[in-house]
Amino acid sequence: MIPESTFLASDPLIRWSWIWDHLEEIRTQTIEHFILTGIAVGVGFAIAMGLSIIALRFRRTYGPVTWVTGVLYTIPSLALFAFLVPYTGLSTLTAEIGLVSYTLLILVRNIVAGIDGVSPAVREAAVGMGYGRARLFLEIELPLALPVIVAGLRIATVTVIGLVTVTSIIGQGGLGLFILDGLRRDFYTPLIVGSVLSVALAVVIDAALAGVEWLLSPWSRMRMAR
Amino acid sequence: MDLLADVLAWFFDPDNWQGTAGIPNRMVEHVRLSALATLLAAALAVPSGVLLGHSGRGGLLAVSVVNIGRAIPSFAVIALALPFSIRMGLGIGFWPTFLALVLLALPPIFTNSFTAVRSVAAEVVEAARGMGMREREVLLGIELPLGAPLILTGVRVASVQVVATATLGALVGWGGLGRYIIDGFSVQDNVRVFAGALLVAGLAILTDVLFNVTERVLFAAGRRRVRRAPAEAGTSALNVRG
Repeated sequence: MIPESTFLASDPLIRWSWIWDHLEEIRTQTIEHFILTGIAVGVGFAIAMGLSIIALRFRRTYGPVTWVTGVLYTIPSLALFAFLVPYTGLSTLTAEIGLVSYTLLILVRNIVAGIDGVSPAVREAAVGMGYGRARLFLEIELPLALPVIVAGLRIATVTVIGLVTVTSIIGQGGLGLFILDGLRRDFYTPLIVGSVLSVALAVVIDAALAGVEWLLSPWSRMRMAR
Repeated sequence: MDLLADVLAWFFDPDNWQGTAGIPNRMVEHVRLSALATLLAAALAVPSGVLLGHSGRGGLLAVSVVNIGRAIPSFAVIALALPFSIRMGLGIGFWPTFLALVLLALPPIFTNSFTAVRSVAAEVVEAARGMGMREREVLLGIELPLGAPLILTGVRVASVQVVATATLGALVGWGGLGRYIIDGFSVQDNVRVFAGALLVAGLAILTDVLFNVTERVLFAAGRRRVRRAPAEAGTSALNVRG
């Protein structure tokens, strides 16, 4: 794919004028990257919540659910996209199906663990006060499980940001487009811009969600202050 | 389904079983590179993780390594390894892929080795010291054997990720099974793409299963039922996606 001779050791690593000329496109693709990630995590969260409710209600399904999502998680991303392309084409749908399937294992595990972690005493107190099953879940269990759930969302989001770079290979936008473009044209600058920005995006979002996690668990803050 | 029949026919085509582009050669390339990268990463990361874990320092470092490892997209690492490799005079193909894979395998192995030694019960270590064991003996005779299952988990997580990411080596001029997918995409040959995906996915799952079986056989006696802990940023043994 890449003729050996075209990458010259004497080429400058970064041509700043290219960046200057492509600021608008860099901005567009960063937003595109963000949107692709947001859709995947949003849809993934909705599906994972449904699966978790089933797994919590019918305990025996938890094993099979984590097994199936675990196998999906093990399939290399490029292979998963490749499986889908004959059916859904080189489309955003293909990218999103793949991306969503990688969030499921992480999210289901953390939602179930978060709700399992709610103290039985709290649950009993709520039932004693006349809470029904739905209200107990929405008003007691879910809020108490929130820090663990957000921790899962954080891992899922950062993972998806990395995987969106791969979707450029199946014709999608995002920062991977610059990486692929750099590889195809034997030109370092877009390659480095795409790589560095995708890492930066992941680090920034990770830090932001770490902040949310911290805000949602005042008890751990209190422990730290002591 | 037409496609599946064509894929089956592809697998039965003798042309696909010989030569450089044949399945045996691509499989050997893929497995050999993945094994070499994982072995080198383990040789670097297990000793450093274990020693740091024994010293009781570096907890923050271990957590940061995981978080950074997760934040760095494997595609970006392979891409960045290319100019680096060319600058070093190592060319395209094998070296950029190899360097990237070693780099990607380091964080999970390092952190798991660190955690493995750190999570050995303090009483056990104290008892060993009380019996007059020297530091070296405590490390090699107590902490290492007790931590071995978790260390192996780190190696498993890393190798599954390495096998997955080696697929992307086809983009920097390397062979391996990724060739079928990447080349198939560029000539819009869905059959080759699908067949390549089957091979890659099969190899990744096989790697995971083989390590799981090894873990079970090696550590059957000492295995305790541990409740599956939630994945917490920084401590999870989940593999980083490739």
